[in-house]
Amino acid sequence: MCGIAGLIHRGKSSNVGSELQGMLQALKHRGEDSTGYALYGDTDGKNFIMRFKVGENVGEGSSSIVEDVSVYDERKKIVDQTLLDLGAKIVKEERTLPYSLRYEIAYDKKDLLDFSQKIESIPGVEILSMGKSLEVIKDLGNAKVVCDRYSLDKLIGTHAIGHARMATESGVDIKSAHPFWGYPFSDVSVVHNGQLTNYWNNRRALENKGMRFMSECDSELIAVYIAQKMREGASLEEGMKDSLLGLDGVFTYFVATKDSLGMAKDTMAAKPLVLYESDDLVAMGSEEIAIRSVLPQEIETYDPFDGEVKVWQI
Amino acid sequence: MANLKNVEKKTKAQAMGMHTEVLTGRTQQKFFNPDEAENFYYFGTYDVDFNKRTDLDVKDMTAAEANKEIDKLMSEGYGTIVIKNPQGKHSLGVGILNKLNLIFEGSLGYFGMGSCDGPIVRINGRVGWSCAENLMAGKVVIEKNAGSCFGAAIRGGDLICKGSVGARTGIDMKGGTIIIGGDAGAFTGFMMQRGRIIILGDVGINLGDSMYDGTIFVGGEIGSYGSDAVDAELTKSDQDWLKRKLKVAEIGEKFDVSKMKKIVAGKKLWNYDNLEPTEKKGAI
Repeated sequence: MCGIAGLIHRGKSSNVGSELQGMLQALKHRGEDSTGYALYGDTDGKNFIMRFKVGENVGEGSSSIVEDVSVYDERKKIVDQTLLDLGAKIVKEERTLPYSLRYEIAYDKKDLLDFSQKIESIPGVEILSMGKSLEVIKDLGNAKVVCDRYSLDKLIGTHAIGHARMATESGVDIKSAHPFWGYPFSDVSVVHNGQLTNYWNNRRALENKGMRFMSECDSELIAVYIAQKMREGASLEEGMKDSLLGLDGVFTYFVATKDSLGMAKDTMAAKPLVLYESDDLVAMGSEEIAIRSVLPQEIETYDPFDGEVKVWQI
Repeated sequence: MANLKNVEKKTKAQAMGMHTEVLTGRTQQKFFNPDEAENFYYFGTYDVDFNKRTDLDVKDMTAAEANKEIDKLMSEGYGTIVIKNPQGKHSLGVGILNKLNLIFEGSLGYFGMGSCDGPIVRINGRVGWSCAENLMAGKVVIEKNAGSCFGAAIRGGDLICKGSVGARTGIDMKGGTIIIGGDAGAFTGFMMQRGRIIILGDVGINLGDSMYDGTIFVGGEIGSYGSDAVDAELTKSDQDWLKRKLKVAEIGEKFDVSKMKKIVAGKKLWNYDNLEPTEKKGAI
C-alpha cells in the first residue's frame, strides 16, 4: 500500500511545496518508508535544473550499504568534470545533504539521452530529475521529514505530484523511491500506486530499445514505458492510454510534464483515487483526506472509473 | 465405509464421519421464544429518543474518539445526532447497532458506517471506499458520490447513493438493496449472493460477474456482462417494486422503470447440486 497525491493550479502559481507536503502527510499511514516530491516551480526557463544523488541515505531503516562520505566528494568531482566535457556550465550549485545535490546548468542541447548516459555512467551517481521546471526530491521518511530536510515548503509553482511509499517489492532506499523521472525526457515525472505483473517482460523489451532502469521497483517501468512511447512520437495522453493495455496488474498513476498533469487507472479499478476538479484547481489523491488538507471546505469529489485517463493543462 | 442406512439420530454427514459432535443445543425456535425475551440483550444497544437531538463536531477528533462519543451520546438517550466537520475521516459511524437518526454534514473517508444494524443515516457529502460494508439493517443515504466497494457484503437494509459509485459495488452482497442514482463502475454485483442492486445510470464492464443469485436492474448502458450474468424478463411485479423502492428512496421517482434491464445469475457456475468426492464414494 502506498499513497499518491497531485495537484495542478490552472492559470496561476501557488505554494505547491507546502500544499503537496500537507497532502502527502495526510497519507502517511499508507507508507512512510520514503516520500518523494516532483515539483514544477516557477523559473525563467533558461537553465536546466538537475537534481542528482551521489550516494544513498543510509540512516535508520535504509537497505543501502554504508559508504564513506569522501566517496561522495570524489563522485561529485567526476560529475563536475563530465559536465565540463559535455559543454554544460554549472550556473548554481547547492548541496543540501552529502549525498544529494541540485545544479542549475546552462546546456543548449535538447537531447538529454547522451547527457544522462554519461553522467550516470559514473558509479553511484543517479539523476533524480532533469528539466527546466521539474525538481524531484525524494528521501527516506514521511512527507514532513523530507520537506523539512530539503526546505520544500516555500517552493512556488504550478503543479506537483508526490508519493508516500510503503516498500514491498524493492528496497528502502532513494533509488526505489518515487517519483521517477521520465528519462531521458526533460520535465517528465511519474508516481504510481499498485503492482505491475509483467514488469520483467516489459523491462527486457525496453532495455533492448536502449532505455535505462536504475532500480528494480516495478513503478519505474511506467516512467520508462511512457518515455519510450513519447520517443516513438506519441503524445503524453496517447502514451498513457497505450499503457492501459501494455501494463498488466493493478495501478493508479500520475504523470506530470512541464505544463500538464495526467492520471490513469487500470481496467480493474483496483487501486483507489479520489479526484477534485474545478476551473482553477485539480487535486487528487489515494484518499479524500489528502485533498482535504488543501481544501477543507465541502467540495465535490469523485472516483474516476476503470480504464480512465485524464490530462489537464496548466 | 459409513453405513448410510443407519442414520436414525445422526445426520448423513455425521454418519459419514464428517462431523463427530452431536448438536444438542437449543433450536433457533426455542432460542427466540418470546417468553424469554426479557433475558435477551443485544450488546451495544440503547433506548434512544428520536426527539432528543444534539450536534457533535469531530473536526479535532480521531475516528475512534468520534465513534466513542457517538456511542456515549446514544447511551445518554440521544436519538438524533448531527456530525459536524467529518472532513473525509475514515471509519466514522461504524458498528452502530441501534435505531438512530445520524446526519453527517460533510463527507466520509473509507469504511464509513461499516457493520451497522439499524440506524437511519444521511450523509450530505461523498463517501470513500467500502461505505456501509456489512450493513445488516437500516438505511444509509449519500447525497453525492461514493467510492469503490460500495455496500460490500451487506446483508440487509437500504443503501442509497444519489451520485455515482466506483467499482465493485455490492461485491459479495447477501441481502438488502443498493440504489445508485448515477453511474456505477466495473464489476458491479461481483459475486453477489442475494439482494438487489438498482442503477439508474450506466454501468461499467463485467456487470454481475460470477453472481450466485440476486437481481441487478440497470437504467442506462451496460459496459459488458460478467461471467454467468444474463438478462431476465422485467415483470410487472418488478416494475411495481422498482417504483415503490425509488419513491421511498427519494431518488428517480419519475424514472421510467419499464425500460430498465434486469440481470440475474445464469447459474451455469453453480456446483451446489454436485456431490463432494467423499459423498460420491458413499453413493457408490
